[in-house]
Amino acid sequence: MKSLSEIETISKRSSRAAGFSWGIAEEVGKNIKMLELFGLSGIKNLNYYFRIRNKKNFKKLHLINNENKISKIEFCPIIAGLSFLDQVRSLEILNEIKFEKIAYPLLFLPFVSRASEVIGKKLELKIDNRIFLLNYNNSIYSNSLNEGIVEIGNSISIKFKENQDSFEENEWKELYKLSENTFVEESDSSKEGGAGAGITDND
Amino acid sequence: MQVKLRDPNVIMKLSRLGSFHQSKLSFLRSFLKEFKDWEYKRDLFNLDEFGYGVAVYSFKKKDRVYSLICFANKIEENERSDRVIATKWDAAFTLHDGVPTKKDIERLRNEVPKQEVGRLSYKELTLSRANKSVRIFNHVVESLSNGIQPDINLLSKVGYLYRTTAVYGSGKFGLADRFRIKNREEIYGPFRLEMMLVYLVRQFTFDQVNYVAKNKNPKKAVNLDLEICRNLGIGNSTGLGMAPFIVNHPTLLNNWIYAREMALKKIREIKNIKIENSNLFKLCLKKSIKNITSWNTESEYQQKKIRSLLNDLNIFINFIEKNFNFSKEFAFNEIYLWLEKNSGEECIEYVISMMMEPYDSIINPLINTMSSEEEKYFNIPTDRTVLELKTILEDKYSKILNIDFLKKENNQNFWFISKNKEEPRLADRFMENGSELEQPLAIARDIKKLYDSLSVFKNSSTIDKFLANNSDLRHVVRRAFIIEKFPYSEIQDNTIGQSIVPIDMLRLKLSFFGALKFDPRSDKWLRICMFQGAPLPEQLKNYDDHWVYN
Repeated sequence: MKSLSEIETISKRSSRAAGFSWGIAEEVGKNIKMLELFGLSGIKNLNYYFRIRNKKNFKKLHLINNENKISKIEFCPIIAGLSFLDQVRSLEILNEIKFEKIAYPLLFLPFVSRASEVIGKKLELKIDNRIFLLNYNNSIYSNSLNEGIVEIGNSISIKFKENQDSFEENEWKELYKLSENTFVEESDSSKEGGAGAGITDND
Repeated sequence: MQVKLRDPNVIMKLSRLGSFHQSKLSFLRSFLKEFKDWEYKRDLFNLDEFGYGVAVYSFKKKDRVYSLICFANKIEENERSDRVIATKWDAAFTLHDGVPTKKDIERLRNEVPKQEVGRLSYKELTLSRANKSVRIFNHVVESLSNGIQPDINLLSKVGYLYRTTAVYGSGKFGLADRFRIKNREEIYGPFRLEMMLVYLVRQFTFDQVNYVAKNKNPKKAVNLDLEICRNLGIGNSTGLGMAPFIVNHPTLLNNWIYAREMALKKIREIKNIKIENSNLFKLCLKKSIKNITSWNTESEYQQKKIRSLLNDLNIFINFIEKNFNFSKEFAFNEIYLWLEKNSGEECIEYVISMMMEPYDSIINPLINTMSSEEEKYFNIPTDRTVLELKTILEDKYSKILNIDFLKKENNQNFWFISKNKEEPRLADRFMENGSELEQPLAIARDIKKLYDSLSVFKNSSTIDKFLANNSDLRHVVRRAFIIEKFPYSEIQDNTIGQSIVPIDMLRLKLSFFGALKFDPRSDKWLRICMFQGAPLPEQLKNYDDHWVYN
C-alpha cells in the first residue's frame, strides 16, 4: 500500500512534469492526498487527466462568476478549482455558483472542500447526479463514493450552506430539558458559598 | 529586563546556521530523556558465528512497544559503499510498531535489506541501513577474541563501529504516515523514532561484535568493556539529501530555531543566577572541550572552524574565570553581549548551547513545541492585498531583495532530483544540463522575482487577482505569508549562489539531531557521530542529563 506521503510527493512531481507551476503542483499534491484519505479516487483521476491533457487544450477558468459556461472544450479542473479556492471569500455572496463542463471533476472537488474550511461554511457540490456535502475540509458526505474515474461533469453547482441548525427549536428544548436532570437544586447556603465568590463583589 | 529575540536576518544566514552545535534541545538528547524509564529488552538474537542473521530489540511502556528489527548480511568488500547509489549494506534495520510476529519478520527479511526498492507497511515506522567501519570492527573482534580490550586511541579517532547512510521515516517506501502516530505523547518531539532506531542500532553493533569475537575464540574471548561501549556512538554519512528538507519545511524550521532563540532570550532575562547554575554552566563548558580536541577531520574548512572555536573558547573561559562575576544582575545577558563583541559565530553558538544546560525549567517546555502542523499554514490568504504582501517582503527579506540575480555568480547553481536515485543534487547551471527541471529551492531568487512582479501590480489589488496572472510565483507567495507568522522559517541567504556551502544546511539539521564531530568530506557531504558518550540501554535508569560532556 502506498503511504499518503508518497501519494502527495508523486502527485506534486507529476503535476509539475505535466506543466503546472511548482506552487500549483503543491496544491495538487495536497488535494490528491486528501481525496485518497477520504476514499475517493485521486490517483486514478489525476493519471487519466494527465494522459489526455496534452491532447485536449482544456479551458483555463481564471475568474469565477455565478454562471460559468463553455461551448466546446471542458474547463481544466485544477485551474477552475484553484480559482474557486482563491476567490471564495468574494464568491460566497452569490449563494450558488454554476459551471458547465468540467473535465475530471473529482480533481475539482478538493479545492471546494478546502474552500469550505476557508470560509467556515459547509458547501454542497453537485456533479450531475452526484452530491457531495463538504464539511469544513474535515469530512465528505456523499451519495457517490468509489466511482473510479469520472471523465466529465456536465452540470456542476456549488451551494453555500448557511451555518444553521439541522433541527427544530422544540427538539432542542426537549433535549435541554432532559439534560437538566443532571443538575442539583442549590440550597441557600450553597448559593452563597458554592461558586467561590461572595454575593457582593464591590470591593 | 526584556531581551529581544535575535534578528532572523543575522541568525538565518547560512554561515551562522552552519555554526550551530548540539544542545539540550537536540532530538537525541530529548529522546533519551523521554525513553529513560521505558523497559528495554533484547527479544531475539539469532546470528551465525560470523554475526549474520536477525536480532530484535524493544522499548516497552504499558501497552506500547517499539521493536527494532536488525538484519545483518554478508556483503563483499567491493559492494560496501556509503553513497546513496549502494544496493547492499552490512546491516539493515526497521523500527516496527508493536511486537513483530514471525510472519512480520519473514516479510521484512525480504524487504528491509532492499531499502529504497523494498516495500514497508504502515506497521513500520522508520527504516535504515549501516556499514561497518571495517578497520575498527575487525580490530575490536581481533582484540576481544584474544581476551584483550581494543586500542582506545584508535577507537576514539573514529568513534563508532558502524555508520548509517540513511534513516527514513514519515511514509517513505510505504512506512507509516506521521498522522497515524502523531498524537502519541512520547513522540511529540521531532524525529524521535529515527533517534530510537539509531540508538538501538548502536547497541546491536556492540552485541554483534561481542558475539563474533566469542565465536572466534570461545575460551579466550572477553566482552567489550562497557565504558568503551559508552564512548562509542553511531556514525552517519550524510549527503545533499538532507539539505532541501529545511527549505521544504518552513514552519518546522521556524519551530526549531524559535525554541533555541526563545531559550536564549529567557536565559538572558534571568536576573540573578544561582551559584549551582553558574557552576554547572562552567563545568559543562570545561568538560565539553574534550569533544572539540577529539574532533578529527581532514577538511581544511572544518579544521579552520575548529581552531577558531578553540581559540575563542580559551579566551572566553579566561574571561569568565578572571574577569567575570556571576553574582551581578543579568549575568548571562552580559556574557552574550561579550561574545557578540569578542567571538566568532562558532563560539557564540557553542556557548549558547552550554547556557541551556542548567535550565530544565526553560528547555523542557520548549521541546514539545518543536514539531509542526504544517498543513495548517498551507492555504494562501488570497483576500490580502498586494501592498500587504510587498510590505512583508520588504520587512522579512530585506537583505535578499538586495541580491542581483542577473549576475552570473548569484545564479550559478540549480537544485535537481537525480533520476538514478531520486535524491537531491546541486549542479552548475552554466555547465550542466537540466536546469529547466530545477526544484523550487531557489527561494531568494524567486522572492526577488515576486517583489519585482508585485511592484508593477496595483497596490490595492487582492492576492487572488495577482495569482491568476502569476501562477509561477505561487510557491513563494505561500512562503511569504508563512514567514509573516514564523520569523525563523526562511534561510536568509542565496541557496544557488557560487559561494554556497551546502554542508552548512546539513550541519544545521544535524546539530538539532544532536550530532557531534562534523567531518566534511567535501562541500556536499559529511560524516558525523551520534550518541557518543550516551548511556547504554541498561544504564538508562541512572540517566545523567549531561552525559554529552562526561
